[in-house]
Amino acid sequence: MISEKDVQYVAGLARIHLKDEEANRLTKDLEKILDYINKLDTLDVTDVQPTSHVLPLKNVYREDTVRPSLTQQESLKISVDQHEGSFKVPKVIE
Amino acid sequence: MELNKLTAHELLDLIKNKKATPQEILGSVHEQIEKSEKDVKAYVRINENTVVATASDERSVPIPIGIKDNMCILDQETTCSSKILKGFKAPYNATVIDKLKKSGALLIGNTNMDEFAMGSSTENSCYGTTHNPWKLDCVPGGSSGGSAAAVAANEAIWAIGSDTGGSIRQPASFCGVVGMKPTYGRVSRYGLIAFASSLDQIGPITKDVADSALLLNIIAGYDERDSTSVDMPVPDYTQALENNVKGLKIGIPKEYFVEGLDPEVKDAVMTAIEVLKKQGATFEEVSLPHTDYGIATYYITATSEASSNLARYDGVQYGIRELAKKTRKSPLLDMYDETRAVGFGAEVKRRIMLGTYSLSSGYYDAYYLKGLKVRTLIKNDFDKLFADFDAIIGPTSPTTAFKIGDRVNDPLSMYLSDIYTVSANLSGIPAISLPCGFSKEKLPIGLHIMTKPFAEEMLFRIAYTYEQNTQWHKQRVEL
Amino acid sequence: MTATATRKYETVIGLEVHLQFDTATKIFCGCANKFGETPNTLTCPVCLGLPGALPVVNAKALEYAIKVGLALNCTINPFVKFDRKNYFYPDCPKAYQISQFDLPICSNGHLMIETADGEPKKILINRAHLEEDAGKLIHDNANNCSLVDYNRTGTPLLEIVTEPDLRSAEEAYNYLQNLKLTLQYLNVSDCDMEKGSLRCDANISIRLIGETKLGTKTELKNMNSFKAVKAGLEHEINRHEAALESGQTIVQETRL
Repeated sequence: MISEKDVQYVAGLARIHLKDEEANRLTKDLEKILDYINKLDTLDVTDVQPTSHVLPLKNVYREDTVRPSLTQQESLKISVDQHEGSFKVPKVIE
Repeated sequence: MELNKLTAHELLDLIKNKKATPQEILGSVHEQIEKSEKDVKAYVRINENTVVATASDERSVPIPIGIKDNMCILDQETTCSSKILKGFKAPYNATVIDKLKKSGALLIGNTNMDEFAMGSSTENSCYGTTHNPWKLDCVPGGSSGGSAAAVAANEAIWAIGSDTGGSIRQPASFCGVVGMKPTYGRVSRYGLIAFASSLDQIGPITKDVADSALLLNIIAGYDERDSTSVDMPVPDYTQALENNVKGLKIGIPKEYFVEGLDPEVKDAVMTAIEVLKKQGATFEEVSLPHTDYGIATYYITATSEASSNLARYDGVQYGIRELAKKTRKSPLLDMYDETRAVGFGAEVKRRIMLGTYSLSSGYYDAYYLKGLKVRTLIKNDFDKLFADFDAIIGPTSPTTAFKIGDRVNDPLSMYLSDIYTVSANLSGIPAISLPCGFSKEKLPIGLHIMTKPFAEEMLFRIAYTYEQNTQWHKQRVEL
Repeated sequence: MTATATRKYETVIGLEVHLQFDTATKIFCGCANKFGETPNTLTCPVCLGLPGALPVVNAKALEYAIKVGLALNCTINPFVKFDRKNYFYPDCPKAYQISQFDLPICSNGHLMIETADGEPKKILINRAHLEEDAGKLIHDNANNCSLVDYNRTGTPLLEIVTEPDLRSAEEAYNYLQNLKLTLQYLNVSDCDMEKGSLRCDANISIRLIGETKLGTKTELKNMNSFKAVKAGLEHEINRHEAALESGQTIVQETRL
């Protein structure tokens, strides 16, 4: 069971502001989905190794060779807001 | 002759024999777009001035192509059909885009998709829904619905899609075209905007199997910028197009033919099996015992990865930024909360929430870790079968295309339409969907074939043989 | 401070050192790894965390980490992987830091120091793991905003974590000195604290002698010299002792 309070807590972790009616609907949706997902509980996986990746790749790395960076102009072109060569954001209160 | 209704390999022959020019082909595609795009809405952006390079290179493939809106194109807007990325113009090309451009491909536009590739109907797009060219009040499938619809509507000769749980194959099935998901690691993901990194793979959507092989030739290969791309030679896949399945052993999983499978789909698939049987393949009923856990495993894995992959869309650097009207926590925190509240659609929020929940402390073992373990069981099922079988066959989707709006309010029923496709992503194997008939309502049905990792040639061989002995791939929509 | 013979409390200190490697390039991309350049001139799609970009690990960073691990008598783990540490902050462009959790590259090492009595003492190293550095945030009060420079984002970092084995500020100081000597000898970093190439966080608590449970700790962060670490720790030891003596409870906190 997932409560609306849980949903608001998770939304906090995910940094999404939820209006009450949205939280209410999500609670119902998630409850249904989690209930479905709980069918995995019928499986015993105690001795099973997890698979986070399907390929048996190893030792993949690159040489320590410098490649051209973007120019300041190129990197800031994507920015929502900029100031004196930097990305500008609302003031971070320490 | 309507050039836009031909396949790429047919068009390349015409170009070679000086019976058509790339400009004429591009013109016929644009004419079709002019005519039917208002009804289909396959594209989110159309390039008005696609440049046709005067290509002297024999290998050049100057064929108009649609690109799913989740691959970065230098200085062009790429949004994943999400409001949160509105205005984002990548300062780089995805590797697939580089490869296409090098091949002379004519990028005609970006195709619509479910936001961040999350969905099975292309209804979750900030640009609105794409319509199925075969029946405009039906969905085209998803998430690469725009790509599949563009090809089916002859608004592109072929297209590129991405497949995380069936997002190439299911829309291909719904739109009566060929959709192929290569082995994980076969095509570079560099520049593909991630949904679930361990499952995502780029692949071709085409009118027939020969085109699928041809397009995979162009996009496949090792890329030093993607550590998960595999450093293995790429065969010429068109060499695998052999009309011969004699002696091949193909498995039919009994778990795929159960409740929920539309009888019309079942009949079409069984008939397709008969066609291949006649050509000399042998079939045997097999078991994939963990099939029933596929969707649950997929949704845990994919949403967990997504919740982390999509955390970067927070208004700090690019895309949109929303500020709170009234300070709740702090200007910065409010910006995060508000940007993500406004920028993401309902389904994306649902999945970020599910993923965040299953990764959160206290639930990690019960959900995320458990999902990874069941993923092992699912993968083992396939490994075991491929020791004895050349391929596995079944339906791509339990039903034909459903009506627009039918499932939007029932996420779980939408998820269940991926039941046959997700296991190929969970186990990393290649798979293809190709047309194998129509329902009474004249909606296409897809045949799904899977092989072991890096056995794309086997996949193409079986699919090509089927095609050579049927006519479904020659059906075109009149729009 | 009270003399050893009459001491009532024991100090428990653990140190976390973040070391920037001076590789030619960053840990996951080919941008130059340099300090003091014009803001946002050493960035690319990978270290900016742009949609679609993917990390590829720098072989040199792995080599340096292994070198340090060997010098610190660590086990070099044959299988390592990277994990994501999710947090929202403007200096972290992907909203997660690539780090190592359960399978760090180095574990179970030690470094020898000298105690106040001139005795050799083994300080156990719990782990050393690779991760990426964050960007630099400048708070612009005049314009009521903050500014982000991503040049530093993706600088290779090795986080070296001791067991809570240090028993005084002086031992902590000696550990840092020896560690720095070792690292300089290996030639993997300039270890310049002013530039942030070497940064130190300390966890400190005190407990009654004989007690085995750890007391409530204070975290000390962002100290810019070994002397400052020593002074900071001494101050905390005195503060904790005074608090406990006067019957107060210590609240766990982080002091910057």
